[in-house]
Amino acid sequence: MLKSPKFIATMVILVVMALLPLGVGGYILGLLTLAYYYGVIAMAWDLLFGFAGEVNFGPTFLVGTGAYTAAMLNHYAGWPIPVCLFVGAVAAVVGGAILAVPALRLSGPYFGLVTLVAVLLLQNFIVLFAGTTGGEIGLDIPDVLAIDAAPNYWYAFGFMVVSGGLLYGLANSPVGLILQASGQDAIEASALGFNVTKHKLAAFCVSALFSGLAGGMLIFYLGTVSVGTVVDLTIGVQVIIAAVLGGRRTILGAAIGSIFLIVAGEILRPLGQLSTFVVSAIALVVILFFPGGFLGILQRGEGRS
Amino acid sequence: MSAMLEVSGLIKRFGGLVAVKDIGFSIKGGEILGLIGPNGSGKSTVMKCIMGIEKPNAGSVKLDGVDVAGWPAHRIARAGIGLVFQHARPLHRQTVLEHIILALLPDNLLMLVADLHVRRRAEEIAARVGLAGVMHRLPRTLPFADLRRLELAKAVARNPKVVLVDEPFAGLTAAEVADFSSLIASFRSEGHAVLLVDHNVKGVAALVDRVLAMYLGEYVAEGSAEEVMRNETVRRVYLGGKIETASRPAREGKGRTPLLDVRGLSVLYGKAQALEDVSIHVGEGEFVSVVGLNGAGKTTLFNAISGLVPSTGTVSWRGESLGGRTPAQIARGGIVQCPESRELFGDMTVRENLDLGGQHNPPAEATRLIAWLFELFPILQERQGQAARTLSGGEQQMLAIGRALMMQPKLLILDEPTLGLAPVILELLSKTLERLRQTTDITVLLGEQNVTFALPHADRVYVLEHARVVWEGDPARFAEEAGSGYL
Repeated sequence: MLKSPKFIATMVILVVMALLPLGVGGYILGLLTLAYYYGVIAMAWDLLFGFAGEVNFGPTFLVGTGAYTAAMLNHYAGWPIPVCLFVGAVAAVVGGAILAVPALRLSGPYFGLVTLVAVLLLQNFIVLFAGTTGGEIGLDIPDVLAIDAAPNYWYAFGFMVVSGGLLYGLANSPVGLILQASGQDAIEASALGFNVTKHKLAAFCVSALFSGLAGGMLIFYLGTVSVGTVVDLTIGVQVIIAAVLGGRRTILGAAIGSIFLIVAGEILRPLGQLSTFVVSAIALVVILFFPGGFLGILQRGEGRS
Repeated sequence: MSAMLEVSGLIKRFGGLVAVKDIGFSIKGGEILGLIGPNGSGKSTVMKCIMGIEKPNAGSVKLDGVDVAGWPAHRIARAGIGLVFQHARPLHRQTVLEHIILALLPDNLLMLVADLHVRRRAEEIAARVGLAGVMHRLPRTLPFADLRRLELAKAVARNPKVVLVDEPFAGLTAAEVADFSSLIASFRSEGHAVLLVDHNVKGVAALVDRVLAMYLGEYVAEGSAEEVMRNETVRRVYLGGKIETASRPAREGKGRTPLLDVRGLSVLYGKAQALEDVSIHVGEGEFVSVVGLNGAGKTTLFNAISGLVPSTGTVSWRGESLGGRTPAQIARGGIVQCPESRELFGDMTVRENLDLGGQHNPPAEATRLIAWLFELFPILQERQGQAARTLSGGEQQMLAIGRALMMQPKLLILDEPTLGLAPVILELLSKTLERLRQTTDITVLLGEQNVTFALPHADRVYVLEHARVVWEGDPARFAEEAGSGYL
């Protein structure tokens, strides 16, 4: 495996990405930093959609719970960043579990609807208690990860590589295999002796952990937390598009999709309002004609040779 | 020696329908029991209740003396019951070997690395079921029989005390059947208790030690395969007691003008041959029955005629080929199918369902048709305002036929109208069909596994077996020439 061309190619790409701050300006580094955080969220989402077979329409419920918990602990209690991140991630897992335990008992589209409603609830909650949460305007955060673009970039890059490695390893482990079987045919998986609900719930908690952590890291990069960056439904939709665009059931494709969405949006910026339209149109075409996403296209080429 | 699996007093209700009524049996280690019954008899429900996929309403399922009834499926599986599924839905990106490894894994969230011996064990199992040559291939590249082998391999891997096998031989060729029989027999010689679920005794007679026959959720007979085949009730269930035929009043040109002409029709479902070179014809005003066991290809034939599944061969309707037409165009052309699953709009009322069927009729015509239908099915008039979902099975079937008739079909295709219906309802339905046949010119193509129901009305009968037409002729000659295949 260590000598496979795919592995070598991945390593080369990662080294180039790690060295980017040496030759690239701060503005682009800033964009990539954002893309990497959203990439982790998309990868965590793919663990649920691609492997557990559950469509979570509310990835930002998990992200937002983690982000706001971390932000408020830092803002009001002044706790150090690592502690805030840890508690935020725990909060996302607890919130996710509270949501998933009843939701996983529902079948079909109802699970997705529950997750969708959860986002709206969180958003409402934040706006209602604007005095504490900062509401629509947001809450500023005293501490930041780093001031300069390069260290911020490396934080995000390291976080994405480690998270991606862990999620990829998990998805391709025996537990990932069981999870995939549970997602595809729950009856058969349980007849093989697997507690489907347990495995899906565990996947949801892992997804929540990485989403919550990514949310926390993101706000300590931005220095502010607001509904528009970590909770809003459109953010969730972007995450979903990124994951599907990159390639379902690949984990790594989700990160590629996120980077593509943000970079493409930037390249097309001269088009003004039209840029969002063009990026969405590209995403639509890929999803319609290449449902396997970017990595699916690559893998298909491989199968032919 | 006490029984390894002991089922007693098993009852399962779905809403108002009692699918399983007080079923009990026991299987010792090293014994194969065949659970037999026609479609809708409840045999699959019994199997699901044992596995825990359905929770029984009452009764016990004892595995080595421990009552596991009502446990979740994964606990029952861990306790030692395994199920070989009929329809495999393998994972797309995993190889055959990885599928077998999956079945060998414990139910543990911390299982991040599989032991080396798991892989070796999986390879042994692949070799045992005859998958050694293809174990590194992806399921979608495998032929149908190998996919079934994979299901068996998973059961072998789980090494359950009790093995449940759902329709072991469906869709397999004779050579493959022999292969699978010896694999299933090897379960017995290793001391497992085996339950085979199938439609008829004949298919499993060579393999089973005992047979239990079910009909409409109830116990009918138990004994050796020969005893069960000789049993009077079983014969009546499958063949009908006395087959009565009534001829239809002669009409001008009846059966002369060919209406539907099907030639060399073949259908493939993935790798399974669902229909092979089937040719049938139906003349104007004829009542033709297609008889065959579940899985023989009846529904596939009808769906191919209606354009619902892709097929090769030709289907001509009044001399014109139907190739390239959409299902909607075919239905407008006069071929109306009343599907096995009825496909009623459950939340709409009876009247709304009927009105939907009569959408294309001018209002006066629709009123006349409704009045005529209510005369044919008086019960539907009483139930007009009720949601279709709340009707009994028999009423739903009448509504489905009524809705089809509202479309004023030239050819009415009825697919297994008797599915899951009680004998009294069958009789009522049978009388209605007879009235339809005696008082109108309608042309009917009926698909049935219930021979008793299919024969009396028919002008002509086709027998479909393993995707092919094996017999064609007059209903009066059916019992002596083709009846033996139905036990």
